[in-house]
Amino acid sequence: MNFPILSSLILLPTIGGLFILFSRSSSNYNGAKYISLFISLANFFLSLYLWYVFDSNSSEFQFVEERIWLKGFINYKVGIDGISILFIILTTFITTLCIISVNSTIKYRLKDFLVAILLMETMMIGVFCSLDLVIFYLFFEAGLIPMFLIIGIWGGERRVYSAFKFFLYTLLGSVLMLVAIISIYWIAGTTDVIELYQLGIDAKYQNLLWLAFFSSFAVKTPMWPVHTWLPDAHVEAPTAGSVLLAAILLKMAGYGFIRFSIGLFPIASEYFVPLIFVLSLIAIIYTSFVALVQEDMKKLIAYSSVAHMGFVTMGIFTMTPQGIEGSIFQMISHGIISAALFLCVGVVYERMHTREISKYGGVVSVMPRYAVVFMIFTLGALGLPGTTGFIGEFLILLGTFKVNFIVATIASLGVILGAAYMLWLYRRIVFGEINNAEVKKLVDLDRSEMIILTLLAFLSILFGFYPDPLLSTTSVSVESLIDLFNMNIKIYTANTL
Amino acid sequence: MEKLIIFLPLIAAIISGFLGKIIGNKASQITTSLFVSISALLSIYVFYDVINNDYTNNVVIAKWISSGLLDVNWSIKIDQLSSVMLVVVTLVSAIVHIYSIGYMSNDPHQPRFMSYLSLFTFAMIVLVTSDNFLQLFFGWEGVGLCSYFLIGFWFKKPPANAAAIKAFVVNRVGDFGFALGIFLVFYVFGTLNYEEVFNQVSLFTDKNLNFLGIELNAINLICFLLFIGAMGKSAQIFLHTWLPDAMEGPTPVSALIHAATMVTAGVFLIVRCSPIYEYSPIILNFITIIGMTTALFAATVALVQNDIKKIIAYSTCSQLGYMFFATGVGAYNIAMFHLFTHAFFKALLFLGSGSVIHAFNDEQDINKMGGVYKHLPYTYTLMIIGTLALTGFPLLSGFYSKDLIIEFAYLKGNVTGYFACALGIFTAFLTSIYSWRLIFKTFHGEYNNKNQPISRIHESPLVMLAPLIILAVGSMLAGFIFKDLFMGYGFFADFWKNSIFFLEPLSSEHPPQFIIYLTPILVTISIPFSYYIFLKNKSVTNILVDTNKPIYYFLKNKWYFDELYDVLFVKSSKFLGRYLWKKIDGLIIDRFGPDGLSTLFKYFSIKAVKFQSGFIYQYAFVMLIGFSLILTIIIFN
Repeated sequence: MNFPILSSLILLPTIGGLFILFSRSSSNYNGAKYISLFISLANFFLSLYLWYVFDSNSSEFQFVEERIWLKGFINYKVGIDGISILFIILTTFITTLCIISVNSTIKYRLKDFLVAILLMETMMIGVFCSLDLVIFYLFFEAGLIPMFLIIGIWGGERRVYSAFKFFLYTLLGSVLMLVAIISIYWIAGTTDVIELYQLGIDAKYQNLLWLAFFSSFAVKTPMWPVHTWLPDAHVEAPTAGSVLLAAILLKMAGYGFIRFSIGLFPIASEYFVPLIFVLSLIAIIYTSFVALVQEDMKKLIAYSSVAHMGFVTMGIFTMTPQGIEGSIFQMISHGIISAALFLCVGVVYERMHTREISKYGGVVSVMPRYAVVFMIFTLGALGLPGTTGFIGEFLILLGTFKVNFIVATIASLGVILGAAYMLWLYRRIVFGEINNAEVKKLVDLDRSEMIILTLLAFLSILFGFYPDPLLSTTSVSVESLIDLFNMNIKIYTANTL
Repeated sequence: MEKLIIFLPLIAAIISGFLGKIIGNKASQITTSLFVSISALLSIYVFYDVINNDYTNNVVIAKWISSGLLDVNWSIKIDQLSSVMLVVVTLVSAIVHIYSIGYMSNDPHQPRFMSYLSLFTFAMIVLVTSDNFLQLFFGWEGVGLCSYFLIGFWFKKPPANAAAIKAFVVNRVGDFGFALGIFLVFYVFGTLNYEEVFNQVSLFTDKNLNFLGIELNAINLICFLLFIGAMGKSAQIFLHTWLPDAMEGPTPVSALIHAATMVTAGVFLIVRCSPIYEYSPIILNFITIIGMTTALFAATVALVQNDIKKIIAYSTCSQLGYMFFATGVGAYNIAMFHLFTHAFFKALLFLGSGSVIHAFNDEQDINKMGGVYKHLPYTYTLMIIGTLALTGFPLLSGFYSKDLIIEFAYLKGNVTGYFACALGIFTAFLTSIYSWRLIFKTFHGEYNNKNQPISRIHESPLVMLAPLIILAVGSMLAGFIFKDLFMGYGFFADFWKNSIFFLEPLSSEHPPQFIIYLTPILVTISIPFSYYIFLKNKSVTNILVDTNKPIYYFLKNKWYFDELYDVLFVKSSKFLGRYLWKKIDGLIIDRFGPDGLSTLFKYFSIKAVKFQSGFIYQYAFVMLIGFSLILTIIIFN
């Protein structure tokens, strides 16, 4: 395979973005939209093709490309395994939907907005296929910039505060990760992930390095107590921004935990399991209670995202096949469902210009189609069997139960709370009598909204009944990761005894 | 054919749900009723085949989840147990479908309603035909979802919405236990397939788990957790609060979901898991206690309620209690028997009360009815049959099943058994009183409704009465005909085969004569007794109420469970949520986190700005101090 398929995936959106940026027709908004839609669609099909040619029975990294960048120091190296490929497809898919969903809500500088989204796509795909720590770091951090701009320029009233909060939090964590990456270079002599997997990092450094990576990933996940940027960022971000943030940006951290924390620092990962479990449990229970009393739709969903990501971090550090596969599945599922929920909020927000739950009620009478799709995502979010939400949560809890059943028991309580806040949200918006005259004027979903939301609903049900395509893609890679982990632990305990 | 039984209702639901607006009310009613009826006929055929030819089958439809060691399939398991459930589910469902055509005739959302009913039927079939715990859980949540949709069917009514959410969330509490039970099953046995699990149970009876320093027996724990799930779904005491509220839904729903099928899923679960439960006598005793407490509790509450549907709802709760204590004393087949007969007479009572409510233009308060037995002759007769069957009047279906439960409780021979037997007899007496109170207040005495004249009261159309007649026939004959089958006597010896597991065969002795005769006698006496106190001489009840005010209010307010839970869970959760959000997130994390940091930076930058004042003498002064400081350090070192 000589065609550099991964690099094309990474570069295509940037090229498209630049093309839009420098094309003369600045007045032609539609033109920019169609070009970016075309590019993102092309990228999506390319990623599907990648999935098609990907060999899920091999645990090796595939489609590896390596180019010398700074000689003897950093190489540009990309490649994928069963874990990364799903995230790449999620990215290309959600980006496409975002571009379709962009419409009259973005009142000014639409062209720049689309460029920002396309640049984001490049960075995200880059994150999921980097096989060199420095390259990973660059993509990981550069991804912040478009998001920062999306919130800061096209956001709501308190956009500047939110954008800075977002930036401050995420940057502080990242600085430590950069230090850690430089240290790894001095310790091991390379930043190549595949080599590092084979070499292993000396156990005495692992705890500190793990913590440095953790500080960055914890903020992005976000884990308690560094989660407070997320609700603010979501509330101020425009719909497409929220969707990208929830569906993809949050997944970078979960991916990072699997690929780097567990892969590079197995001994430290084992050591810090209690920390992760405690923080995850707090995230699940605490944010569920907080979500229960939110009066702003977006905030409620943002808090529920924190709870869902709590399941993810918990599942990853069980180091069981069910836990990790469940976490990956949960991330994909959350990508679909939270994206859809934010789109659903966007739909009514565009019409009513308020996110306050109490302003709604009785929406079903005027928007029956909306009520149906919104219900499907509500059920997905509360983890009903038959939706993707269930498979992820179930596998994670099953894996966790094996390791520590008290943790699993407490985490399962979150499932009860999840049902309570989601159904209550739905009821207050959709059911009941119409009390607000504004609600009466609402118009049901238009064609593009219908297409996007039905597609997402279809996927969340399809993979709920038939999750095998996703699970079988990841299983070999996850198992080899666990084998690597167990081998490391075995050697370490043998040496210390 | 099994596939047809399962998928016909699903197809019906899809057609009616998505195309309902296009094909119209009539077409969607006919499609759903027809498809479910075919499914019912096929189920009856399968049941027949199982009885005569010992037909069993396990069809794997597709792979569902496979991860690591976990391998779960979508499948259909037909055996004795599931074939009985299939008949109950599809038959009652078909009857309710047809009844709904009449009952919902003025509703603007008929296709949606029919679609939910069919979807429910599908989910329930998936539940009963599963061959593993996870598919069971899928069906379990699926029926819960449909129940949520149907309780909140009239979405403009706030109480209906509240009841729907309550039902879902309370059930989730049960599901929490159920899910943990499933995790534990996988943890102990490494599989979720029934057969594989059941075959291994005897090897793991000594396995212990350490829970916070306490050694717990794994089998006991599994049984306990699964039972929590059963308690939620079958509305047993502590998790029962959703069932009476669920009566906000349309009456056919109450008959199908909240009487005949879904709420019995918990009983079915225990019976299905009898190979595990048999190894856990402690939990079986616990089930007995919960079951009889529920039976008694619900019966006492039913005595003083005035909403016709709530009385029947509490009655359901109480009868489910009977089924549980039957499983608790190890008489799983008798629990199934009562489940079977109960499905007929309780559905009959609900649909009958629906007919009454229909006649009274949606009035549900029995104090605002009365004296209409001449105007509603068919409904009246059918309700009487239902009531006789429910109370266990000799030779009607309830008589066989309920008496057997009481007998087997006695034959269990331990303290809980005797206690359950005594309470069972007492509760049977209460059941009879509240049931007759309902009949007398609804149909006899004076006409008490001020909203409409008695001349407007009219009998329901044939499409509603015909289903009632089928159920009435079932209520009369089901007990007598199927007694031997469920008992496994005579021609039907050993009907259950491997589908129900008995560690030791059930006692075949006979309890003392007085136990056998006591219940029917009490039940018969209670008819004239209720007639006297509720109709002839109402001052008796008034005096009783006046002299026992605290007890009356205690019962009237349903033992204050709702109030207690509201304070304990609902209010405190909201308080906690608000506290965590405003105080911890806002005042601690944000204040000392990002906001604190930015003010800190700002503070220092303002200081730094002030520092650069531009006056030479200030800079010189600072330099001087710095210079002398460095000098001092050097000298001292």
